[in-house]
Amino acid sequence: MYLKDNFTAYKTIVIKEILRFSRIWIQTIIPPAVTMGLYFVIFGQLIGSQLNDIDNYSYMDYIVPGLIIMSIITNSYSNVVSSFYSTKFHHHIEELLISPIANFTILAGYVSGGVARGLIVGVVVTLVSLFFTRIEIHSFAVTLLIAVLTATLFSLAGLINAIFAKSFDDISIVPTFVLTPLTYLGGVFYSIEMLPEFWQNISLFNPVLYMVNGFRMGMLGVSDASLLTAIMIIIGFILMLGSICLWLLHKGIGIKK
Amino acid sequence: MNALEIKNLRKTYSNGFEALKGVNLQIKQGDFFALLGPNGAGKSTIIGISCSLINKTSGNVIIHGHDLHKKPRQAKQHLGVVPQEFNFNVFEPIEEILVNQAGYYGIERQEAFKRAEIYLKQLELWDKRREMARNLSGGMKRRLMIARALMHHPKILILDEPTAGVDIEIRRTMWAFLQKLNQTGTTIILTTHYLEEAEQLCKNIAIIDQGNIIKDCTMNNLLSELEHECLVLNLKTSLKTVPQLEAYPASLIDEKTLEVQIKKNDSLNTLFQILTKLEIEVLSMRNKSNRLEQLFLDLVKKEHHVQQQGSSTGIVNVFKR
Repeated sequence: MYLKDNFTAYKTIVIKEILRFSRIWIQTIIPPAVTMGLYFVIFGQLIGSQLNDIDNYSYMDYIVPGLIIMSIITNSYSNVVSSFYSTKFHHHIEELLISPIANFTILAGYVSGGVARGLIVGVVVTLVSLFFTRIEIHSFAVTLLIAVLTATLFSLAGLINAIFAKSFDDISIVPTFVLTPLTYLGGVFYSIEMLPEFWQNISLFNPVLYMVNGFRMGMLGVSDASLLTAIMIIIGFILMLGSICLWLLHKGIGIKK
Repeated sequence: MNALEIKNLRKTYSNGFEALKGVNLQIKQGDFFALLGPNGAGKSTIIGISCSLINKTSGNVIIHGHDLHKKPRQAKQHLGVVPQEFNFNVFEPIEEILVNQAGYYGIERQEAFKRAEIYLKQLELWDKRREMARNLSGGMKRRLMIARALMHHPKILILDEPTAGVDIEIRRTMWAFLQKLNQTGTTIILTTHYLEEAEQLCKNIAIIDQGNIIKDCTMNNLLSELEHECLVLNLKTSLKTVPQLEAYPASLIDEKTLEVQIKKNDSLNTLFQILTKLEIEVLSMRNKSNRLEQLFLDLVKKEHHVQQQGSSTGIVNVFKR
């Protein structure tokens, strides 16, 4: 009974979340498609046509996986951070706190909502990329696995940000000052082999590098880091952030007086 | 078994403010209970802790025999809450708000839609079911929150000032709805600033002030403490001076309005006999203030007086030493 009730509650949160971002699709689904379309035109076609191949792939083909995973990262994060913070801000989080839902169910529901948006945007950006190039996916299973794990990780990060946020400004600080630099420096537009050795070593401390390269391995079969290392690092971060989220929800930090 | 039992509940906020100083309260199943108190007395803190919105400092909250801290899932299942502030998603259609709420309690969507229809019809919101909640009027929003709180058929319904800002007609409709709900066995706990509301609806009452329960008894017992009432008489003819009404102290508000104090057990007939003798004709009569309001004010004033005396005695003792 307990599991069944929680599964129903989980479905409710997921449906609510999907309906939420679907209702405002012009704000949530279309902008990443437009932005990534511009990246494909400017970096892929105009500038990329002047550059040499990387790992035997044209520059356009090389950046497609990076741009798709970048959209997944940004959208899974921003879905959870904005939805959960707005739930807090408008006090409808009280609906959840008063009800007998387990904290794990709340967490799973919001993270699934973030993953859903991340993957939908990922598919849309992939479709946009087909206007510029034809990519044969090297391993569909690895591509999907890395996409789901990455979206899960950034949804969890978004939830932590939302829990601590006290204003709408607070939910844009992390994406602007942490997420964007890490993503841009995570090998979306280049292979770290192109960097001097010192910066190559520094780049290895950037967790986003492993997500970008894991995803690139799935799509193209080439990577700067080993796939196993990438998967282990992402799962390690998921376990760590997931535990932090559950602890914060249990203590009521940022959501209860 | 009590519907709600609160044992030695304490709450000190992070700024050091002690909102609850060891509150004990027992509310029986099927009761219609009023929790009254001035602003900042601790009412909302009690409700917030009982609804898991505020963390307690110490003490216990037991809902239908389940300790809220030890068995939150079982305890929360019995509780429905109508908060003071609107706390639903204003960008969702109202039917969806209800269906989601049911889902949080493990009720499948098909069943949730059926229940939503029942409550939306009962609370006269059915025609608005596809409307975004932000488009509803204040009264409709209050009714929506009542419908939402009932979706999982709770045994206890807590209403925190449910009729605040609602016009008198809707208020009375809501009273009738709540009375009917109480008759079906739902325990109702009400906080309100409309003391007339508490007097009309509630069987038992507790008054809280400065984090302590200062009165916990039946409504009848409380009202029996009333020593005198003040009546306002509208007169047919004008009076220039205050008439001598023997044992009834009187004062003139204006030429045609007379205020008379009457002891609780005194007969009104005697007063009217005196008025008739003085050829004063009365057109209509009303209580100056709500009876409960007077008692409430007296009790809170008395409590403040006792505390002030306590603190000043303390100061005197320090000086004596």
